[in-house]
Amino acid sequence: MATVTEAPPLAPAPETKPPRTPRKRGRWTPYLLLLPGLLWLFVFFALPVIYQASTSVQTGSLEEGYEVTWHFATYWDALSDYWPQFVRSVLYAASATVLCLLLGYPLAYLIAFRAGRWRNLIMILVIAPFFTSFLIRTLAWKTILADGGPVVDALNTLHVLDVTAWLGWTAGDRVLATPLAVVCGLTYNFLPFMILPLYTSLERIDPRLHEAANDLYARPSTTFRRVTFPLSMPGVVSGTLLTFIPASGDYINSDLLGSTDTRMVGNVIQSQFLRILDYPTAAALSFILMAAILVIVTLYIRKSGTEDLV
Amino acid sequence: MKTTKDTTTAGHGGGDVRLTGIGKTYGSFTAVHPLDLTVPQGSFFALLGASGCGKTTTLRMIAGLEEPTSGTVHLGDQDVTALPPYKRPVNTVFQSYALFPHLDIFENVAFGLRRRGIKSVKKQVEEMLELVQLGEQARKKPHQLSGGQQQRVAVARALINHPKVLLLDEPLGALDLKLRRQMQLELKRIQTEVGITFVHVTHDQEEAMTMADTVAVMNAGRVEQLGSPTDLYENPRTTFVANFLGTSNFIEAEVDTKSGDEIVLKAGGGKLVLPGARNSAPTTAGGKVLVGVRPEKISLTHADDAGEIPEGRNRITGRIAESSFIGVSTQFVVDSPVCSDFEVYVQNIDRDARLVPGAEVVLHWNPAHTFGLDAAQDIDAGVETGEEEVA
Repeated sequence: MATVTEAPPLAPAPETKPPRTPRKRGRWTPYLLLLPGLLWLFVFFALPVIYQASTSVQTGSLEEGYEVTWHFATYWDALSDYWPQFVRSVLYAASATVLCLLLGYPLAYLIAFRAGRWRNLIMILVIAPFFTSFLIRTLAWKTILADGGPVVDALNTLHVLDVTAWLGWTAGDRVLATPLAVVCGLTYNFLPFMILPLYTSLERIDPRLHEAANDLYARPSTTFRRVTFPLSMPGVVSGTLLTFIPASGDYINSDLLGSTDTRMVGNVIQSQFLRILDYPTAAALSFILMAAILVIVTLYIRKSGTEDLV
Repeated sequence: MKTTKDTTTAGHGGGDVRLTGIGKTYGSFTAVHPLDLTVPQGSFFALLGASGCGKTTTLRMIAGLEEPTSGTVHLGDQDVTALPPYKRPVNTVFQSYALFPHLDIFENVAFGLRRRGIKSVKKQVEEMLELVQLGEQARKKPHQLSGGQQQRVAVARALINHPKVLLLDEPLGALDLKLRRQMQLELKRIQTEVGITFVHVTHDQEEAMTMADTVAVMNAGRVEQLGSPTDLYENPRTTFVANFLGTSNFIEAEVDTKSGDEIVLKAGGGKLVLPGARNSAPTTAGGKVLVGVRPEKISLTHADDAGEIPEGRNRITGRIAESSFIGVSTQFVVDSPVCSDFEVYVQNIDRDARLVPGAEVVLHWNPAHTFGLDAAQDIDAGVETGEEEVA
């Protein structure tokens, strides 16, 4: 009976009401599906960022406690004290990214077009290092580049180290504890992040496009320059981003393979947080790093003209 | 630059495409048995066959995209067998068009000219886009065009280089039926206009017959028969060709007598006459011959009127099993003692109401329309593949 008495008030829009219910549910479904992700983003990204932002403008000490005093000078102090580390981070990360691209592109090309039945095996070999811890892998490089070890000896005999020392990449007859060692470590550790997106975008290229280019008088080198490389740009952009961004915030490689002269901004943040316990400076440094990466990446994406993938 | 030079120097030596003993094997699989083929300059040549018959491989060997295991490819006087594709004065229209997705239509069409170091491409590209009626679309990207437009870009991109031969690999396969008909005429018009040799690969027998001057029917890596569309249709030399191009009815018959130009055969209780010129089977007395006749050559007369059939026509009797009215004609399937499932197409001029399933009929045709084939081959060769591909 209750339903019958309720019916008249709904009368003004009798046609629209019934079909609206299922449509309404359909309309909310995407948001419901988004909810877990949004929740995750809120708890593990938005909240920490807000917390970090408030930390960066606090003053005080560990003993007396910190409070928000809107002390923006921390940013300026952090930047003026640690700008060399910032510059170094960008330089090392950029060098490692370029090296990754130079090493990764031919390999990704090989896997995508030439590997045939070996394709899966090579892919596994590319990913295999992930089965070991990042720390262990980096420590292994300490052994590889050890003073007086076979690698350093060979480089010495070939006078390669004279050249790198002249460039300021190494010091004396050592490789360990030099910029070269840190860049090597970064390159090694982030190489798979370059290869995988490169492979994906190369693999998507229709091999008939190569044939078409060949058929239209483009020799293989021209085909690469005019067809293959431009079409792999999405992979190049995402690969360089996936390498550059984590590499510029990395501190493990510098910690294990470098020296006090190779400290990157990640090392500074780490020691501010964990050793000096100066939380505001650490938070401010993190924010500056975030902003710097954001600016560099935006400029880069604009420049590379691959808007359709972002 | 080298290619341009090659094109001009070889230009006056005749532009025939000559394949000599060309073959291709992949491991133990033979894709193309060594074959000889000459495509005359300026002709529209079709390679027709079901998928996997080696037609595309043959085309790709002309383009240089596939290296032949044996034999040579000549363009005019020039042996191009060892030349890589980018040095051959040959261009291809690919099955999936293979347009460069990162370049706009203008740059796609200009690609070949630019690679040959030609600086001022604007005028040529615009003229070519006019020819294929795409002048307005020059600055669009390939994915913004419809299938038919993309297909025309692919043709323009190849033609602009004035190749000695244009190779078309199933260029209309991805288009719907109506558009395909339209593009067939369009391609034929372009070919007549530019006078370049076209080699067209297709599995569609109708397409091959409407467009090409010469058709090579391929089957299992071999050329079964080569000739003009009418010649192939009227005088097939194998059951594969007879079945793949259109429909054929076959009667197994035995040679009775040979008198001059005519061969008389025994089939069932009756006699059939076959012109000697249209027979490709050995004709020793008592030998077996497959007698073929196309469904549209046959007339159907009700058994009651059998007396009215003129003398001198080949005739067999049967009973109508099925009939289907399709507007311009009626297609009958007739069950006959000498051949079950005899197909007959009758034009709907004066319809005989008695010709319904179950009716006893006499099938008769002019002996000139009969062809004879070697009985030592599969009578159904090319039937299934043909139907499957056309559908």
